[in-house]
Amino acid sequence: MTAVIERRKEMKALSTNKAVAEAVKDSDVDVVAAYPITPQTTVVERIAELIGEGQLEAEIIHVESEHSALSAVIGASAVGARVFTATASQGLALMHEVLHITSGLRLPVVMSVAMRSLSAPISIFNDHSDVMNQRDSGWIMIFASTAQEAYDSIIQAYRIAENPEVLLPVMVTYDGYLMSHTIEPVEVLGKYVSEEYIPKKQTWNVLDPDKPITMGTITSPDYYYEFKYSQAVALEGSLPHIIKADEDFRKLYGRGYGVVDSYRLEDAEIAVLATSSYYINLKYAVDEVRKRGIKAGAIKLRVYRPFPREQLYSMIKGLSALGVIDRSVSFGMTPSGPIALDIMSSYRYRDAPPVQSFIAGLGQRRMLIEDFVKIFEILEKRAATNSISEKSIFYGVKGVEL
Amino acid sequence: MKEFKSWKDYPIGGIISEPGSTLELDVSGWRNERPQIDQEKCIRCRICWIFCPDAAIIEEEKPYTTKTGKSYRLTYSVDYVHCKGCGICAQECPAKAIQMIPEV
Repeated sequence: MTAVIERRKEMKALSTNKAVAEAVKDSDVDVVAAYPITPQTTVVERIAELIGEGQLEAEIIHVESEHSALSAVIGASAVGARVFTATASQGLALMHEVLHITSGLRLPVVMSVAMRSLSAPISIFNDHSDVMNQRDSGWIMIFASTAQEAYDSIIQAYRIAENPEVLLPVMVTYDGYLMSHTIEPVEVLGKYVSEEYIPKKQTWNVLDPDKPITMGTITSPDYYYEFKYSQAVALEGSLPHIIKADEDFRKLYGRGYGVVDSYRLEDAEIAVLATSSYYINLKYAVDEVRKRGIKAGAIKLRVYRPFPREQLYSMIKGLSALGVIDRSVSFGMTPSGPIALDIMSSYRYRDAPPVQSFIAGLGQRRMLIEDFVKIFEILEKRAATNSISEKSIFYGVKGVEL
Repeated sequence: MKEFKSWKDYPIGGIISEPGSTLELDVSGWRNERPQIDQEKCIRCRICWIFCPDAAIIEEEKPYTTKTGKSYRLTYSVDYVHCKGCGICAQECPAKAIQMIPEV
């Protein structure tokens, strides 16, 4: 017998940070630990308010650094609590070693990251340098493009992370300031989602005095390798579960995002791929350049790790050229954009379009719709003249000719 | 320790579900040199037993008589599964009865 649950959807005006806090409340999280770092700060401020107002029954652990914040939620997750933490920039970098511990322990930790550039020089503004540095840490990585998607993705993240077939930590990332501090209409689902979509069940190994186990053990060379292999298999194998979690969410609540998304790609000859909030303006740019006779399309990468190889390939295989916008630099590598590199290496044995890597928006350098239009024009011109370059085009740097 | 034949047998997250894993762990591969006790020279002072960080010196209720006619109630031997070859026993032995012999 399935209980009929009354769904109390409600529209609220929320910044992405507030939407994430709302999602944490609706996921009925037990333990939250976080250290304030801009632009993440208002996430945990709002969670503290929600706890103070009695809307969420959870413990907040006050810690002295991000390294401790993630360590604290690892400990709470190890005893079976549903946990959450949030960070950005230097805080995420400070967590780096603990990120590996989380995924190695196979604990279903969920974290939001309001993406921000890394020092030096200090910049509090947005780019993707912080998360791109963590792409090999064994976490599932989801890029949200809107406040609504961030809200929905946090809820989906618990479903994915706690799936006994997955048991991996998930980070939901979104653009600092561009999204974290801008207000959008968000439909919130209320706490029933935690009963209906993500019911609480301990699917992972927990510390229990009645059934003692040891966690965080040392291994000799005879054993370590196999654990890392099983982690690699788990992350690779999590993709169908991510897709399923998204489909189930769509069935229940009418919203789904897929692992990759596209816009006007059906008859497109060239396309540009972007992540996070850039995808929204990129779509406007597609409409704009199509008026000028360029058959353009836009692609959004939503799930970055595990890399949705087949899903993305089915979108790009027919194109004559693909532009990829990265907002971080893989220093000393050609091309210099991590996503462009991933795409080029993923399809190196297949018939794939040439990839033109673009770097843009570092330290939140302004990118308007007209800038995305220019990127389409550069790509179109280079594709037509067969002059796609191996080097990344650093779009918008003063003194660099395009 | 339970024999793991395939990576699939390994517990998720590297947990240990049964106590006593250290006891079952074979560390003989860590060793460069192995201690060897000369029962003739050993004076049964128990210092090696006390100092061994891995409890790899075994005290046995086994009588032993030396060539010179001295009788002991106990015999000390080495547990080579748990000995890491640190050499503390040889260093501390007041009778110089323990020798470190290279592993080949």
